Amino acid sequence: MRRRYGMRKGISAALLAPTTYAWAIRAVELRVRAGRRLAVDGLDLSMGNGVHGLLGPNGAGKTTLMRALATVSRPAGGVLELLGHPVHARPDLRTLRRSIGYLPQEFGFYGRFTVREFVEYLAWLKEVPAHDIPDAVQRALERVGLAERGDSRMKTLSGGMVRRAGIAQAIVNDPEILLLDEPTVGLDPEQRMAFRSLLRELGEHTCVVVSTHLVEDVVAACTNVVLMDAGRLVFDGGPADLVELGREGVGDSSAERGYTELLRRHRAAGERTA
Amino acid sequence: MSAHIPVRALGRYAAGDQGIAPDVLWAMETHLEQCADCRARLADASDGDTMALLAAVWVKVDAALSAAEPATVRRRWMPARSVRWVTPVLVPWLVTTVLVVLVALGFDLAVAGRGVAPPSLVVLLAPVAPLLGVATAWTGRLDPAHELVVATARAGLGMVLRRTLVVLVVVIPVLAVAGWMVGASPARWLMPCLAFTAGALALGKVVGLPRAAWGLALLWATVVVGPSIVTARLPVLLTEAALPGWAALTVVVALVLVPRRSGYAELR
Repeated sequence: MRRRYGMRKGISAALLAPTTYAWAIRAVELRVRAGRRLAVDGLDLSMGNGVHGLLGPNGAGKTTLMRALATVSRPAGGVLELLGHPVHARPDLRTLRRSIGYLPQEFGFYGRFTVREFVEYLAWLKEVPAHDIPDAVQRALERVGLAERGDSRMKTLSGGMVRRAGIAQAIVNDPEILLLDEPTVGLDPEQRMAFRSLLRELGEHTCVVVSTHLVEDVVAACTNVVLMDAGRLVFDGGPADLVELGREGVGDSSAERGYTELLRRHRAAGERTA
Repeated sequence: MSAHIPVRALGRYAAGDQGIAPDVLWAMETHLEQCADCRARLADASDGDTMALLAAVWVKVDAALSAAEPATVRRRWMPARSVRWVTPVLVPWLVTTVLVVLVALGFDLAVAGRGVAPPSLVVLLAPVAPLLGVATAWTGRLDPAHELVVATARAGLGMVLRRTLVVLVVVIPVLAVAGWMVGASPARWLMPCLAFTAGALALGKVVGLPRAAWGLALLWATVVVGPSIVTARLPVLLTEAALPGWAALTVVVALVLVPRRSGYAELR
């Protein structure tokens, strides 16, 4: 069968433009409020392309940090630069937001919508060019394994499928910064494996930040581990360092032992200075 | 464009020959990207096994395509595209607004039959009638998808104005009919109505849209609606004399709003 294709899509100028920033995400002394409380309190962070696992106990400020990175929460102080845009100085957020993908920890949707309509709506909100939307939506659904269920209504989906639809909307605009807050909740082990390989693939050209409290997810899929406690940075290093630290201590796996060991040391140091 | 790629070279390229010099490879790929004819010839230059594989794949693709059922077209009361203008959660609030106006109209008509002439409830309520819809146009408590929407590029004044426009398109015709039935000229309530809507949008940037709308509605109820029902006189604010004042207020609010539009990207 012989098919001819014209020059439909070229390489865009934006793709060839040199980057003018060193880090996709850079925070210095970042402070962010959740309600009245300073949930992120003096955080220093630099992240480039790769998969960054954000770990920490409940209430450590992970979700607040993710909301600030998604430009939803306004920083209360410090410096936050995303793709070279100084977010703390409140620039025009519109351009920046086109390059961000965000999966909130809890998100709702309109139950009567089909999965495809849901992702199409978000693609439109993210200003994906109209003629690219059908392709982009199909690609995103295929990547999360939901292409078969594209015409099912959202309210008929299981919890894991809703999460995957959420991941599909986050990647539909090919973001440069991808923020996933607890993406593996509700996924079964097989889907988690598929999700980890998707993460590794995305991390090659994207700055992916995955917030989770499942230590094994981080060790399996992340190139970098960031550990937070009480709004501050405790540890920033490779997953191997975490495993190395956990050769002794409490926990089922060496990574979990490393995690508890780091938190214990950090809290002990905090008590000494207090 | 220079000469096309010779058949022999295409054959080597298709076979993945490692012996092709990198600069030649680069030139071939650049040419292939731009030349549909050479791409078509490249497909034919593949060896027999590849062609057989391709043919087998096409047979399977065709079979899968013909086996797939055509997508069922569902009838629905709200087409999916309309969400770009109005969220499904806004609809019940619009219905409520319409019902409130209809109740006020019923009250006016019932009173009018008895010969006394207190100020028309429709005219008293008309200025704040769109505020219920405006309050629900951008609020996280009611819209389940709000957390997703606020992080997107379109979040901001543009989306708020789209939703507000829908509210006005629904509410104003209902008010027009109700106003006509009680014999009030549209000039008396339309300008205050627009001024309150613009005011809620402007104030919404500071305190959030729901609070701004409720605050203004409460202010109107205590300062104008309450006293005029007690005294049974139409307030001067709703007479034709106040018209230039309302128009000026609307223009001033709009002028304040426009330069601050980028700040609406952070509207909660």
